[in-house]
Amino acid sequence: MAADSALLLSLVEEFVSGLQDSKAKDTATGVKDGQFTVLQLVEALGLSLMSSQPHTRARGVKLLSEVLHECYGNLTEAEVEVLIAFYENRLKDHYVITPPVLQGLRALTKCTVLPPGSAVSMLRSLFQDVHVQSLMLAERSCVYNMLINLMETREAELKGLGTDFVFGFVQSMDGERDPRNLLLAFQIAKNIIHRGYDLGKFAEELFEVTSCYFPIDFTPPANDPHGITKEELIEELRAVLTGTPKFAEFLLPLIIEKLDSDVQSAKQDSLQTLTACVSQYEHKDLAEFLEGLWASLRREVFQTSSEKIESAGLTALTALTSCLSRSVLSSDSEDSLSTFLDMVLEDCKHHLSELDLKLVWPSAKLLQAACSASNRASHIITAAVMPSLIEQYSSRTQCSHRRTLLEVVLRFIQSVKTSQASENEERVFSAFRESLCSMVFSALTETNTSLQITATSMLTSLAQQPGLLLDSDIELALDHLTRLLLTEEDDGVSLAVVKCAGALAELHPAAFITKLIPRLKTEEASEQHSHHAVRQRCLSALAAVSTQPSVVWESTPVLLEVLGSAHTGSVCFSVEEVVLACRSLQRIAERVQDTEETGQCFHEIIIPRLLSLALQAALQGEGSSGRSPLVEEVVLSAMVPVISTACSRLQPTLAGQTASRAVSLFLDGDVSFLPDNSFPSQIQLLKQQGDSWSQSQMVCLLIGCVCSLPRSVEVPQIDQLLSQLEEMSCTCSHPLSYTSAAKCFAGLVNKRSEGDSLHSLIQSTMKKVCRELHSTSSPVRTQAFTLLIWVSKALLLRYHPLSIVLTDKLFSLLDDADLGPMAADGFSMLMSDSADVLNRGCHADVRIMYRQRFFSENSAKLVQGFNAAPQEKKPNYLKALSNIVNKLPKQVQVTELPALLSLLLEALSCPDQGVQLSTLSCLEPVLIDPPPALIQQLEALVSRLLALICSPTMTVRIASLHCIHALSRFPEHEILPFRARVLRALARPLDDKKRLVRSEAVQARAEWFLLGSPGGR
Amino acid sequence: MSGGTQLENANPVIFQRSGERLLTASDEDEEVHDPIDDREIFDLIRSINDPEHPLSLEELNVVEQVRVKVNDTESTVDIEFTPTIPHCSMATLIGLSIKVKLLRSLPDRFKIDVHITPGTHASEEAVNKQLADKERVAAALENSSLLEVVNQCLSTRSI
Repeated sequence: MAADSALLLSLVEEFVSGLQDSKAKDTATGVKDGQFTVLQLVEALGLSLMSSQPHTRARGVKLLSEVLHECYGNLTEAEVEVLIAFYENRLKDHYVITPPVLQGLRALTKCTVLPPGSAVSMLRSLFQDVHVQSLMLAERSCVYNMLINLMETREAELKGLGTDFVFGFVQSMDGERDPRNLLLAFQIAKNIIHRGYDLGKFAEELFEVTSCYFPIDFTPPANDPHGITKEELIEELRAVLTGTPKFAEFLLPLIIEKLDSDVQSAKQDSLQTLTACVSQYEHKDLAEFLEGLWASLRREVFQTSSEKIESAGLTALTALTSCLSRSVLSSDSEDSLSTFLDMVLEDCKHHLSELDLKLVWPSAKLLQAACSASNRASHIITAAVMPSLIEQYSSRTQCSHRRTLLEVVLRFIQSVKTSQASENEERVFSAFRESLCSMVFSALTETNTSLQITATSMLTSLAQQPGLLLDSDIELALDHLTRLLLTEEDDGVSLAVVKCAGALAELHPAAFITKLIPRLKTEEASEQHSHHAVRQRCLSALAAVSTQPSVVWESTPVLLEVLGSAHTGSVCFSVEEVVLACRSLQRIAERVQDTEETGQCFHEIIIPRLLSLALQAALQGEGSSGRSPLVEEVVLSAMVPVISTACSRLQPTLAGQTASRAVSLFLDGDVSFLPDNSFPSQIQLLKQQGDSWSQSQMVCLLIGCVCSLPRSVEVPQIDQLLSQLEEMSCTCSHPLSYTSAAKCFAGLVNKRSEGDSLHSLIQSTMKKVCRELHSTSSPVRTQAFTLLIWVSKALLLRYHPLSIVLTDKLFSLLDDADLGPMAADGFSMLMSDSADVLNRGCHADVRIMYRQRFFSENSAKLVQGFNAAPQEKKPNYLKALSNIVNKLPKQVQVTELPALLSLLLEALSCPDQGVQLSTLSCLEPVLIDPPPALIQQLEALVSRLLALICSPTMTVRIASLHCIHALSRFPEHEILPFRARVLRALARPLDDKKRLVRSEAVQARAEWFLLGSPGGR
Repeated sequence: MSGGTQLENANPVIFQRSGERLLTASDEDEEVHDPIDDREIFDLIRSINDPEHPLSLEELNVVEQVRVKVNDTESTVDIEFTPTIPHCSMATLIGLSIKVKLLRSLPDRFKIDVHITPGTHASEEAVNKQLADKERVAAALENSSLLEVVNQCLSTRSI
């Protein structure tokens, strides 16, 4: 004990007179460990606390405060009471003692055992004895933290202080300048407002001390360690200012005043604050400012110079209107909503009849913003504007006028929120239903395409207003749509019609089943009238309308019928049309809801039918005369995504059944599940028979059946399947067949569970591939290479440890005389997503960031290989590199660029145009936000790019000009030295013989001219 | 644009913008020589910003494709522009912007003539004379505040 007190005394001595700050920590540890108590510490401090030197007293208090800061949790209530009394008293002491006293008090405010009444007394003496704004930054922060702590734990007591608390706070924060402290002060103000402290007569004072910072203008210093952003301050301040309706009478004039500002950010902040505050207000808070607010909002939208301000203004108007709509009317007061809307209508409505003039659209937007606020506002506004718009539509004859009218009406319909109208209220547009419908239908019969397109969107919006259109309207609409589908030549219109039909079919499936689909079916089947464009539109319309299961049951047979008749030749379809039919099926599979019903439709009917048709076509053979379009590669490749989409997203159990049927078809020749069963018994699809490829290429359909299943679904007979696929991919001579077999193999390997069987499978495949690749005379080297690259991809995606062996093999092939260029291109495939297999859509095992990982593990090898390679092989390495870098996410590109820059610059001067192009395309995104390494190499970069603008290839010229354009956004002081040289060099492509090059050059040159010029950049 | 200032013509007539020029197969063909035509010149000047409104010269119908004449073989360009109102004080500035845009965007073999559509402006002759005078155009571009306004008209609009 004696030793302890001696130790304590020495610690105190060293801290107070020795000025060793570290001793505070030791003392605190001692107290925490129970070596000595706080009481003993105070006793030990006695002399220094009573010293006549203020600095000694300050050191003493500082030691005590720092110890308390560490150990406030261990104090008893009695101790706390004594300490508080002591500290309160010290506040009256010399000013050098105030900082440690405040620290101590802050530590005490965190105590859970604060005796009742002490919070109040602490604050009273604080507000009385300390002038906060003459303290230093850290001490001011201390005061704010004390307040925050006490507000958390002693809310009731503080409220007992009444308005004194608010007044004390207002005085303490008045004049605060530091953003860190402001954030704390705003937090306190927010708490005062939101937790219901009594503002009393100090509401205006509290508003004054906070609103003087509005609008926030703060730019954090460079390398700011505190990370305070302007947005943070804006948010916090906004929460204070908009927190209570008591501020309304002060805030609204302030907003009106700030909206006059020339500073864009101030305008935007004011508008957003207005939007936020009115959500708390009632109409009486707003009443006297409505006129001023409206004048400002109108001005901002009418004379706007930026879309941001415009949309902020419109949002504010919506918020304002919905605030007014919420107000409860009393019998004697006027209806503030209708007064306000009268004002809006008076200023805007007349512009809607001046269709050529600029203010049509701003007026329409303002009215629509008000209209969207509430059901009542919608009624008032539409009642006022719709009759005139409808009347004008029938009286005006110019197409451009009619189109403007139609679009204005369309926006009005869209602005009315459908959810607002409750059941028994009258629909907003029901009074105008008839005239709106006749307007749409008359526009649909116009010859002007843009009118027709707008009319289709209007039809969609009308249909989406619940309960507005009658069944007879829908039928009439369908007649119009069908007519347009079958006769309209313009691409834009057909696209719009198809889209509209799709939207309507979702809402009214029955009408489509009975009317549209039978009509399209006869159209598809008829030989005479249908020419290509009509069929094409019908096919895409069938896909667009099939979102509801009931429609799918009706529409897919029509599409299958197309494939069937194309195969038999009963109706003549071009290959392109057959592909379109497959695409339509694919779109349906992608968009339809996953229900039992649709799953059955796809797995029981569509897929077996597709397989059966393809098999029939294959058995007919590839004889040149009269061969079925279904053996064409494009058609098969279009069938694959139909099957794989269905297998990946519709009904996993049924998909598993499809997979096992497909496997038994391909392995055992089991055709029992196929419709139209008249197949020979000896079918061996996975063996190439002679030179015939029509059967072997069917393996690509197998990809669809087995490679896109969810990983929970097992593929039966998988080992046998894998070995046959491997065999086929290494022996077959038909490119589609061996590539598909390799893809299918890779797709299965990717999902195979980890273990010995997978390991040995890869080893044996690897051995086989290497054997073929090593013998330079082997006829199947390309096949082996294809298998290698697909398996590498499958393993790379799942981070399999063996993937590195395979990719190393690929790197070594870059030196190969025949396969080198192919290997270089292969890296592009390795890094990009493939459409039909090994992507997330077909549930493949794809780890995140596999590209970055591959790059960081292998970039060094590539650089090494490049340096070691003989001159004629170097382009392969450069191409491989640019292929890999091209696919990396931009953040990685930027960080990796410094190491690779010299290589990429080398690639720019490589004579191979493919390398040039792909390097330019990887440089381009990096140039948008250039890393410092690039800026250091600016000279080399600029001269290489300028050399490329004279390239004989047009695409290279365009890409290099694009990069030079991007260079103009570099920091001005870095690129200004190049300005004259670039401008001179860009004069030449202005006279290029290709227009595309000229326009690229014009854009680049314009930007470089603006550089360093007044008013430019 | 601040709240207080009043525009000379606050509610002008707006015209529709023409779409982007359609790409044709010959545009992509390396071998074909594309001559510089009226539409190409029009595309250069139609997106110039009006000094007053956040609108392009095309939207205000100040420039029209029919008033653009180019002869690629003889290397001449002839452009007429129409101020929105006959007393428009911005006419010279608009003409200067068109001229500068073309000087920057066309090969230097071209002779560029920019003038006001006959009969559409009160001081037509004076403006035409200024625009035709090489020395005065050069002198105007030495004036940094004038160059600043021209550059603002020529910069791509940021929203």
